[in-house]
Amino acid sequence: MEKRENKTEVIVVGGGPAGISCAITIARAGKEVVLIERGRFSGSKNVFGGAIYAQPTREIFPDFEKTAPLERKNIEHKFALLGEDDATVISYKKKPENPVSYTVVRGKFDRWMAEQAKNEGVILVEETVVRELIVQDGFVKGVKTELEDYYADIVVLADGVNSLLAKQIGLRGNLAPEDVALSVKEVIKLPSEVINDRFHVNDDEGCIYEIFGGPMLGMLGLGFMYTNKNSVNIGLGVTLSELVDRGLKPYELLDKLKKHPEIAPLIKDGELLEYSAHLIPEGGYKKVPLLFGAGVMVCGDAAMFVNNMHWEGTNLAMISGKIAGETAVIALGKQDFSETALSHYQEELENSFIIKDLRTYKDLMSGVHERVGEFLGYYPKKINSFFEMFTSVDSVPKREKYHKFIKSIFTDRKISDLFKDAWTAVKLLWSILK
Amino acid sequence: MSDLEDKLYTVKYTPDAVSHLLPVQECCRICKSKICTIVCPAGVYEWDENMRKLIVNYENCLECGACRIACESSSLGWEYPKGTKGVTFKQG
Repeated sequence: MEKRENKTEVIVVGGGPAGISCAITIARAGKEVVLIERGRFSGSKNVFGGAIYAQPTREIFPDFEKTAPLERKNIEHKFALLGEDDATVISYKKKPENPVSYTVVRGKFDRWMAEQAKNEGVILVEETVVRELIVQDGFVKGVKTELEDYYADIVVLADGVNSLLAKQIGLRGNLAPEDVALSVKEVIKLPSEVINDRFHVNDDEGCIYEIFGGPMLGMLGLGFMYTNKNSVNIGLGVTLSELVDRGLKPYELLDKLKKHPEIAPLIKDGELLEYSAHLIPEGGYKKVPLLFGAGVMVCGDAAMFVNNMHWEGTNLAMISGKIAGETAVIALGKQDFSETALSHYQEELENSFIIKDLRTYKDLMSGVHERVGEFLGYYPKKINSFFEMFTSVDSVPKREKYHKFIKSIFTDRKISDLFKDAWTAVKLLWSILK
Repeated sequence: MSDLEDKLYTVKYTPDAVSHLLPVQECCRICKSKICTIVCPAGVYEWDENMRKLIVNYENCLECGACRIACESSSLGWEYPKGTKGVTFKQG
């Protein structure tokens, strides 16, 4: 390899969970790695619902629970099915010894991760945008920033959902409005004791809401709430194509959600701390781009690594970053940066939960898209009307009420449509479990 | 609109002197949906019917990228603001 100025072993573009996990893995192996972040600091351009997962985070930072800036450990997961003005909520609560997830504020947590990376030898360059990749003889050889060109044996793209760089070198095409959800979020300040009371938790314990329906009835969208120490996150993500087709403003949907009778009391008298927006890559397995090329690998959101069925993203980012880092270390050992050498990254991803889970849900999005009005509109409303009927006391005999409810299903929908719904549901279930 | 203004008021921005969002006005003029004026979570885009021009309040951009993907003619020039510019989320 020729020696030149501004040349390092690995450049990682993007200082989020994927990029940091990748860079720290490489630095720990004693290799030289430069991590380039476009924001003022890591986390300053990042937005998410709210929780990081303990086990995958431990794989990168074994003792993170001792020093990382964590908000609350989540002990309860609520699933709220909202009708127009009613709600059915189921909830799972357990106080595990090892929590599954913690809420964090990205501006603090990502910054902490980047700090750890720096301490372990990663060269962190902030406030720098990579505009273009340098490609020579079919190999990615470096990056062009606003100021300078930097060269490396390997460039890892962890530049997020919009990954203009993966597109530049043809690893992927244009994203379509069906492939992303637009998410808007508000962080609402509330005193810690008020949060404890409203969400039935103790200090340092948190509660997650997954919200279906409400203003998103019949739409491919999901609302969420997460509790921080002194604030509550509320937001929703709706597939961009739904917003485009229906001509909806995302923040107006959020305003409606905040006014829903099930939600409004939870955030009452809170003060808006910050509004934010972000895209979520939701194309799933079928839209995963090419993950590697000569001298280059793609991880995290840039690689579409989001499991939307389980609200997972940061964990896929961290572990894919780690695998890319391990692959880079092996390649550096052999001084082989060819496509064949880096195909190890794809192989390891295939063996991991990342590709396995994405494959499990590969038909989910198309299946739900097909019958979104039914699965996320009619049936959630019907579940609520069942409980309305079941809990009503009006001197009408119960059997009459049951008969009326059952009859309503067959008058609401044609029998052939009911069969189609059931068939799609069975097909989806089979595609997941087979 | 005032609701959105209240929201955006909570966001920390360091605006650049030039826009990082560059619509191709000839495409905007014949664009039927003008969808960027609807889906943008920061209301960055406004259609000025008198001027027959898309106004871009780029300093309010949250850098999500929705406009780029939604753009009917895929003509919107979209890049990240310079490293020192744009939005800084504190509570993301």
